[in-house]
Formats: sequence, structure tokens, C-alpha cells
Amino acid sequence: MNEFIEFLSTPWSWYFSGFMIAVVMFLLLWSGERFGVSSTLKTLCSIGGAGKKVPFFAGGWKDQTWNLIFVLGGIIGGYIAVTYLDNGKPLNLAMSTVLDLKELGVVFDGNLAPKSIFSWENAFTLKGFLVLLLGGFLVGFGTRWADGCTSGHAISGLSNLQIPSLIAVVGFFIGGLLMTHIIFPLIF
Amino acid sequence: MKFSKYLLIGILFGVVMTKSEAISWYRIQEMFRFQSFHMYGIIGTAVSIGIVMMAWMKRIDFKSITGASIKQKIAEPGVLRYLLGGTVFGLGWALSGACPGPLYVLLGANFPVFIIVIIGAVLGTFTYGVFKDKLPH
Repeated sequence: MNEFIEFLSTPWSWYFSGFMIAVVMFLLLWSGERFGVSSTLKTLCSIGGAGKKVPFFAGGWKDQTWNLIFVLGGIIGGYIAVTYLDNGKPLNLAMSTVLDLKELGVVFDGNLAPKSIFSWENAFTLKGFLVLLLGGFLVGFGTRWADGCTSGHAISGLSNLQIPSLIAVVGFFIGGLLMTHIIFPLIF
Repeated sequence: MKFSKYLLIGILFGVVMTKSEAISWYRIQEMFRFQSFHMYGIIGTAVSIGIVMMAWMKRIDFKSITGASIKQKIAEPGVLRYLLGGTVFGLGWALSGACPGPLYVLLGANFPVFIIVIIGAVLGTFTYGVFKDKLPH
């Protein structure tokens, strides 16, 4: 058992990680649902009463309750992983990425995400706050427009050989490359 | 209880996303700079297994525990909404280093500040709902 916990506490290889994501997808399909997280953002709008003013959010959301429970589990899982399954070693980031980010002024700190951007301290600066809010806004706007996110299109959709999902994934990369290579030097 | 299984699958999902480091802003940067195989390996493995799994489930008409055939989403045909919406999503994915799943997982993984990103994502979703009919699809 201890050896098993020790194994789980090392960073997971890409093939074990990919396999486990497929296991999650299988368990959701077996339960009678489907892997797709971004719908929860729409559900949160509906719960907040957006349906009274905007027809897109009208109608029931009760059939999405399972997905809210699922992401609640996701939060708990994140806590378990960093609290009980962490060997304390810094992230093994490619040296070329470390150097590229350094040039942008983002120092690699070994965490999952840079505390210089993702901390309350930075969130209480105007620029820091706007970067966090804008990042989320683009994710939320884009995912609904494209009718899915990484889980819905890149994993579920591609697994089901859906051409629209392939187009969406191409879009994900166009946007990601634009942000990383063109817009980042302007922001950071 | 009916929903407890989703909580358990969600916990598994949170652990997988964290230990795979797919929730890492740094890993997403590495991916968009083509400086590591890690994220491509994860997505590639999941999709490869997924394709075989879905084909097998359809072939044997795999039944879920509710007794119904598995749910599959047949995406509406189209190009613009997927390409343009996908591009906007990609801009946000690279900036925040997280897609919707990791947004939630990060809250538990010692990054509560991601609540601001989630609020942004809900606002973005709401804004799409408002302007939906004016956007190309």
C-alpha cells in the first residue's frame, strides 16, 4: 500500500495520465452521462437567474446537477492530490520553457502555476486582476461559442470522430499560439 | 445516493488532472511552445484509447447502468463557430493556463485565486448567451 501511495505521489507519466483520463471518460459514459466540463459554466448562469433575461439560459438545469457534483469532486481531488499525493519536488519543466518565460519576466517557481500571476497579492493589482478575469472571460465565451472545451471536443469529440471537434481543436491551437507568441510579449 | 458516484468520479478526475500536471499553467506554456511532449502525450493517449473504446461501445451497444445506450454527442455541422469560438477559447486557455476542468481543480489544489478566473468564465459564458444571435455560427 505504501509503495502504491509512493507511486501515485511521483509526477505521473503522460501515458498513465492519458490512460486515467480515458478511465474517467469510461466511468461517466457507464454512469449514463458524458465527459464535458464547460456546460457547468452555462449551468451556473442558469442558476444565477440569467434565464429570466437571456433565453439561452432559460429552461431547466436540474439534468446538469450531476456535472456540478462532478466538478465539486474535482475540487476535492485537487486538494487530495496536493495534500496527500505530493512528493514536494518542483515541476519538471523543460529548460527551454523556463528560459523563454524568464525573458518575458515570469520566473519559474516550481509550483503548478506561477505565484507571481496566480496569487491574491497579484490579484489585488489592477493589471493582475484584469489578466485573471480576461483569461477566464475568453475561456467562457469561446467554449460556449465553440460548444465545448478540451474535455468535450478534444477528448470526447475526437474519440467519437466528430469533424467539428477537430475544427474546434485547430481553433484552440490558433488561439493558444497567438496568445503565447504574439500577445504574451505585449502583456508581460 | 444517486449523485455520490459523480462525486467519486470527480475526485478521481481532480487527482488525475493534478498529478498529470495538466492543470499547470507552465505545462500549457510548454505545450504552446512545442518544448515538451508531455501534454501531447496525455491528450494523444486519452484520445487513442477513447477512439477504440467508443468504437467498441457502439459495436456491442454498450449499456450504461441506467440500461440505456451510451450518450454520444453528435456535433452540429459547421465550421465558423468551431474555428472562431475555438480560437477565442485558445486565447483564454493560454492566458489562464487552464481550461474549464482545471479551473475547478485548481481551486482545491492550493490556488483559490482561480475563483476570479471562474467568475470571468461565467461572465464570458453569459456574454456569449447575450450576443449569440449576432455571432456567426
